[in-house]
Parts: sequence; C-alpha cells; structure tokens
Amino acid sequence: MTRGSPYAPHTDAETAAMLDAVGADDEESLFDIPEDVRFDGEFGIEARGERELRTELSDTFARNRRLTEFLGRGHHGHYVPSLVDDISRRSEFLTSYTQYQPEITQGFLQVLFEYQSMLVELTGLPVANCSMYDAATALAEAARLSNRVRRVSGTRVLVPETLHAGKRSVLDNYVSGTALTVETYPMDDGNVDVDALAERVDQNTSMVYAENPTVRGAIEERLSEIGDIADDANTLFCLGTDIVALGLLEEPASVGADVVVGEADALGMPTSYGMGLGLFATREEFLRQVPGRLVGAGEDAGGRRAYTLTLQTREQHIRKERATSNICTNQAWVALRTAMHVASLGPDGLVDLAKRCVTDAESLAAELSDLNGVQAPVHDRHHFREFVAHTDQPAEAIASDLEKEGFAVHVVGEHELQVCVTDLNASKTDELVAAFEEVL
Amino acid sequence: MDYDQARYSRDDQYEPLLAEKNATRVEIDEEDSPLPDELTRDAVELPDLSEPELARHYTRLSQMNWGVESGPYPLGSCTMKYNPSFTEDVAADPNAAVHPDRSARSVQGSLELLYDLQDYLARIGGMDAVTLQPPAGAAGEFAGILVAKAYHEANGNDRSEVVIPASAHGTNFASAAMAGYDVVELPSDEDGRVDVDALEAALSEDTAALMLTNPNTVGLFERDIVDIAEMVHDVGGLLYYDGANLNALLGRGRPGDMGFDIMHYNVHKTFATPHGGGGPGAGPVGVVEELAPYLPSPRVRERGGNYELFDPEESIGKVHGYQGNWLVLVKAYAYIARLGDEGLADSSAKAVLNANYLASQLDYEVPYEPFHHEFAATAGDRDAADVAKRMLDYGVHPPTTKWPEFVPEAMLTEPTEVENRDSLDDLAHAFNAAMADSDEELANAPSKTTARRIDQVSAAREPRLSWRALDADGE
Repeated sequence: MTRGSPYAPHTDAETAAMLDAVGADDEESLFDIPEDVRFDGEFGIEARGERELRTELSDTFARNRRLTEFLGRGHHGHYVPSLVDDISRRSEFLTSYTQYQPEITQGFLQVLFEYQSMLVELTGLPVANCSMYDAATALAEAARLSNRVRRVSGTRVLVPETLHAGKRSVLDNYVSGTALTVETYPMDDGNVDVDALAERVDQNTSMVYAENPTVRGAIEERLSEIGDIADDANTLFCLGTDIVALGLLEEPASVGADVVVGEADALGMPTSYGMGLGLFATREEFLRQVPGRLVGAGEDAGGRRAYTLTLQTREQHIRKERATSNICTNQAWVALRTAMHVASLGPDGLVDLAKRCVTDAESLAAELSDLNGVQAPVHDRHHFREFVAHTDQPAEAIASDLEKEGFAVHVVGEHELQVCVTDLNASKTDELVAAFEEVL
Repeated sequence: MDYDQARYSRDDQYEPLLAEKNATRVEIDEEDSPLPDELTRDAVELPDLSEPELARHYTRLSQMNWGVESGPYPLGSCTMKYNPSFTEDVAADPNAAVHPDRSARSVQGSLELLYDLQDYLARIGGMDAVTLQPPAGAAGEFAGILVAKAYHEANGNDRSEVVIPASAHGTNFASAAMAGYDVVELPSDEDGRVDVDALEAALSEDTAALMLTNPNTVGLFERDIVDIAEMVHDVGGLLYYDGANLNALLGRGRPGDMGFDIMHYNVHKTFATPHGGGGPGAGPVGVVEELAPYLPSPRVRERGGNYELFDPEESIGKVHGYQGNWLVLVKAYAYIARLGDEGLADSSAKAVLNANYLASQLDYEVPYEPFHHEFAATAGDRDAADVAKRMLDYGVHPPTTKWPEFVPEAMLTEPTEVENRDSLDDLAHAFNAAMADSDEELANAPSKTTARRIDQVSAAREPRLSWRALDADGE
C-alpha cells in the first residue's frame, strides 16, 4: 500500500461500506472543522518505507562517534542481561496501558508490585511508588511532599552546593509555585560539611537533601548525623542514591531517611541519553501524600490475592488541582526492566556488582594517580563507581584530547576531570590509562 | 468470539511473587567488603531465582496481561494504537545508546534526529519552536504553563489564574496548580463545548492562560475556537492546547492556525510509541515565536551543517534532569517518517471513521455529536463500570468509564485507526451484549479474565504495597 497509513487496515470497499453505515459521503465530511481553520494537509514530511528508514536511522546514529564512555554523574550504564531485552519486549507488556481494568492486567500489576517490594527491601522504607520520571523529578516531588506534610512547617529546602545542575533546575521549577525556597550548604572534602549544615538547619527548614554516593562519587561518612540534624529540627531528610548503591551502602532507613529518591535505571536500561527511572520511597506516615501511582494487594471475588492500583484519590484524575502531583504517564515499562534486572542479579549478584563499583573505581584512581600530572581521587574518601581527578594541565584540553583517542570523561572544574567505571568499561581501563599517558 | 485469558493459579493466589518462590538474605561481612563496616548495610534480602525460572515467571505474567496486540483497547483519550515493531529495532541501535554528557560534536547523529523531530512536530502543530524535554504529557503541560508564567512576568504582568473547562483532563488542573496558579473551572454549554458566555465572565486581567483540548474530551471540535482565541488574547492571556486528542486532527487542522500559543504533543498517543503499562511517554511542547525564548533548555539548533545544544535566552530552565525520554522520541520520529503527510492524514481520517462507525453499531445513546476520534456513549440506567467489567468477558478491553463527568455513566470510546471493520464489529458486539445481560451477570463479571472482580475499596482501606507488608499480614 503506498497511500495512507500502513497501520490502518481498511480496504477501499471496507471504507465505503463503513461510510455508508454512518451515512457519510466521504471521510472529509466527518470532520466538523470550520473552513477558516482548516489545514490543507501539507506538512512537507515525506513517507519512507520501513527498510529505508532503518537504513536512514542506522546511518544517522552512525554519525555518533563510538567512544568508550567513562561517564556517570547521575546517569549510569551497567550490562543488561539479554533476558531483560527479550521479555520486556513481549507485546502484552510493551503495548499495554495503565492498569485501569486490573482484572485483565494482573501481570503488569504484579510486576510493579514486585518492583515496589524490591525498593522496600533495599531502602528499608515501607512505601515505594511505581515510578517518577527520573531522579531530578523525584527529588523535586520529595520537596513538594515536605511542603504538604503536617510534621514539617518550614519552607527552606537545603541541598548540597555540588547538586547536579539539572536536578537543581528541575527542583527550582517544581517549587516555584509553592512557598518553598532552595538554598545550598557547603561540602567538605567531598562529603557534607556536617557542622555547616547543622548551623543552617532550623525550624523553618522543610527538607534536607543529601546524596550517597555524592554526584562526585564519594561515599558519605556521616549520614546518621545528617539524619539526626534533620530530625532534631522537625524537618524531612531526603536521601538521594541509586539502585546499585543500595545493594551495599548504608540502608537509608537505618540512617533516618524520610524519603529516598534517585535513579533506578542504572539497572535495566542501557545509557539512553539521560532517560531515567525516578525511584521514590518514603515512610508509612506520608502514604497519602505520595505522588504517582501505587499498586496494592487485595482480593478478587474468587477469594484469590490480586493486585490493583490503589489510593487513587491522591491522583490528578480524581483530585484535579488538589492532587499530590500532576504525574499521569510514568516510567512503568522502565520499572519492569529494572525489576527484571534486579531479579536476574539476585542478592549475591547485586552485592557483588556494588562491591565492584567500589574496587574498580579505587584501582582506576590509583592507576591514574601514578601518572605525572594527575592526582586521584581528589577527595580522601571511599568512592562508588566514579571519582574526581585533579589534573595539572587544564582539564578541558585533556578531555578533548582523550576524546580524540576514543574516550569520554567529564570535565567538572578547570583542573578537574571526573571518571566513572562500571562493568561496561572496566575491561578498557588499561586503554584509558594509556590514553591519559599519551595526552598528558 | 470466545475468549479466556491465561490464568496460572494455586490456592488463594495466581502466580506467586518472586520472593515467595525463593528469596535469600546475603550478609555483608567486613572481611570480604571493600568498605569499612560502618559504611555498609548489614544484609540484602532479595528474590534468588535462576534465569529459566525468571523467564517463566515473566512470561506467565505477560500472558496474564492485555496489550494492543492482544485485541481492541478503546480507552477514550488514551489513543491506544498499534505500535510498529520496527520502531523498537530502530531505538535499540547501540550507536544511539549514548550518555547525556557527551560532547555535542561526538553525538551529531542523535542531535540531528532531535533537530528533525523538533521540526516535524512544529510543522504538525503549526508551531514555531519545539522542546522535546518533557518526559510525559503532564510534564509538557507543566513546562508550557511555566513558559506562560515566565512570559507574563517578563512583561511585568503578574497573573494569578488559569481557566480550564470542567471536562478537561485532570492533569490540566494539577499542572496549573503546580505552577502556582489558581484554577478557574469553566462549565460546558448544553452541546458539550466551551460556554462562550461563561468564558467571557471567567476571563480577566488575571487570566494567564486558557487550557483547551480540541476536539474536546467528548470528541467535539470547538467551533468557536477563533473567537475564543481572540477573547483570551484580548485580555492578554495565552491559549494552551492539550495535545491528547491530536489524533483527530492530523492534516485537517493545526493548533497554531487556530490561535493557540502553546501546545504539548502526547507522542505516546498520536505518534504510536508504546504505553508500556503506564509509561514512558514524551510530552514535547511547541510555542509561537514570541514564546520561544522561554522554552526549557537546552534545545537543538543547526549551525553551518553542525548540530549544537543551546539555552534559549529567557529559558525557564529544566523539567527533566537531562533531555527527556530519548528512546521514546526516537520511536516517534520513526513513526512520523514512516507515515509522512498522507499517512498522518489517513490516520486521523480512519480514526474518525472508526469512531463514527462503531457508534453507529451500538445500542447506546451518544448524547454529544458530531464527534471525531472518540465519543462518549452513556450506559443510561446501568452502571458504566459494571458494563465495562462485563465487556471484558467478550474478549475486548472496555472504554474509559464514568468520565467525563458531565456525561451520565459515560463510556468514553476511542477505537483509533488500527481496528478494521471486523474488529469494530467485535467491539460493538461486546458493548451490546454486555448491555443486554442481566444485572446479576454484570455484577458477577468478569469471569474470563485472569482475576475475578477485585475489591478495590478494601485494597485501599488497608493498603499492602509490598511483599514485606503481605508477610507482616501473615500471607
């Protein structure tokens, strides 16, 4: 078929019979659009065949340079097992909608219930929703939650001075319609400057946000103290992390976190230009203030356990302008892939992967530090996946030269590079070190 | 058609949870940990299953789920159309799997695709500039309203209200409120459209924007749109287009030509990217020239044959940590390019024809006409939710029920262009047979789906949201 949509299956005879059944002369007569706003239909977009398009787009993407990425800072790639790609593409999952009819969508509901359950295990907090868009919007929603809960009366949201620029901008936008204001607190050698933070937190503070690992890869050493500072001031402690780090680092509930946010798609997704999966977990007492969808277990008429979207009176389709959030479409299919990846790893696999994030970063930092003109890591801390290296030469020039050698690293200061190692690039660290030697 | 959904069950449950099949607690000991004890957790407890067991678990769960490829999925305002397989292959290209912090010069291919998609969407919507960043329709609404707010503020104009018809999607109200606006709700007139007199009364110097869906949520085109636009502009307000129903208009009308200043596109609706059980979607936003400086940063532009990211001068900043749902945008591009002008126009023609044909085959009253891609039938003195549950037993997914609220016992139905006449006849049969069934049959439905009727009230009364909660409950 050359005319029309290849995905509209009507034959001419069928179209004619259907027009006849509705008493219309032609398709155009079904459109009740006044003449003065009618459009002639010419977008100037040329249709291509499927094979043609696959070639075209394959050529387009081939114009991306093939670099070995040592990049992180909030978006991380790990090896994704084939099982995840294979089964997540089953059309019953991929082409389904939000589970408004739970009786016929038990499969996906159970997957989401299992995803929530895994986050409950990993965070130690009893409530996890079935996704936000990404870590930035999850953090922003946490701030908005702090503004709604009764336990907290303040309006100041405190974030680290090193907060990722994307997260900061999203946060600023999400609180722009509230009384909340965002302020920063200083860091001390890669960790939270706990004394400075304590001075800044007061009864007018709504939320304290800290990260573990930090955006510069350092593992936070005084989390419980941060939790206590927040608690003493009746303010929420929001902890940012990611799903792999949760497999090894301190359990958020045990350090007093009230809300846990972060990226969950470090598992389940390839690097995908920043596409995310916002994890969001919190305490039972904030259940009715949680943004986004929740899946709960109930019972069907046959007496069997069954799953359903629940507590929907929090949501926009019922509560409208008084909803906890405007979110409707979320990242459900990404959550499916993440849950499958976690299940594929199992507890041993997840813990081992997380340990490698520590040891691989440590050994690469040591190797780079052996080079003349590089000191790594700059912070005297333990690191997770990534670390910052000081370079005697300007960092921008080194990164640019490294790119010519086929490697991508972050520039985070005039003389600072950030390097991230995961199971995807760990076998290329020798080559990276050699490339550094070449360009220094 | 006879139909039974797959059902794996044992005793008082269906497929057991992963953790019920097998879970292991792994202790983290200092001896074999690279970190001091005080920086690590004590243990991790998670499901512990082999790959064959997992493959079977998830395959069974998929069989207990309904997708567009299973059969008709006529949820009104959701546009559940077929998702072409090849778009998945295109998006899986390893060269497209790049990190967002890569230098622009090293990802020219990705930037070119984004640039071209910005251009396609601008043409389709009749807009001058487009951002692809919002990760869903609601995020697009929020971004669009923030753009309106920034524009008014830059003009020294603090406005406090957003006007929204009562029939609008719930996200409109929530997005406006999130941006800090008071919502002024507009009643529908007798024929289901914007009540122009009520609008006149609602508009004032405080109006930042009017948010409209066109065709509206019962499929009616707002015939007074040019007048409405003039009224809104006369008080200095902006007109916002909710793109949820754009599948009705492709090639026949463009929001930009109707006087809209800002719009979002639901690419997971109009442009056939899969809904994935609730997401990911993408909600690009288009604006007229005057508002382009306020769009989220960064956008993509072309300079001397190279593509680069740039921050619009007065940008509102960001609504997503990076560039939004990249993989979804790739699929949307592939779909638009596959269809081209004629295919896009044909999609709308067949979507509208299908809705009209299906309605003509139903023993239901459809109070508001002439509708386009969707229509609101009424279940009359039956409970629409019960009728929908019964429809499940006839091998179709039912429509959206009890919404919009101004239609009594509404069944908001959008078959999309992908159904042929036979499948529309199956759908009509399901509608009509369910309506003819007894109250008892409705109350006992469904029986052919995996689960029987689920008691949502008690599930919400005592929420159990994890397997840990089930454990604590003795299950």
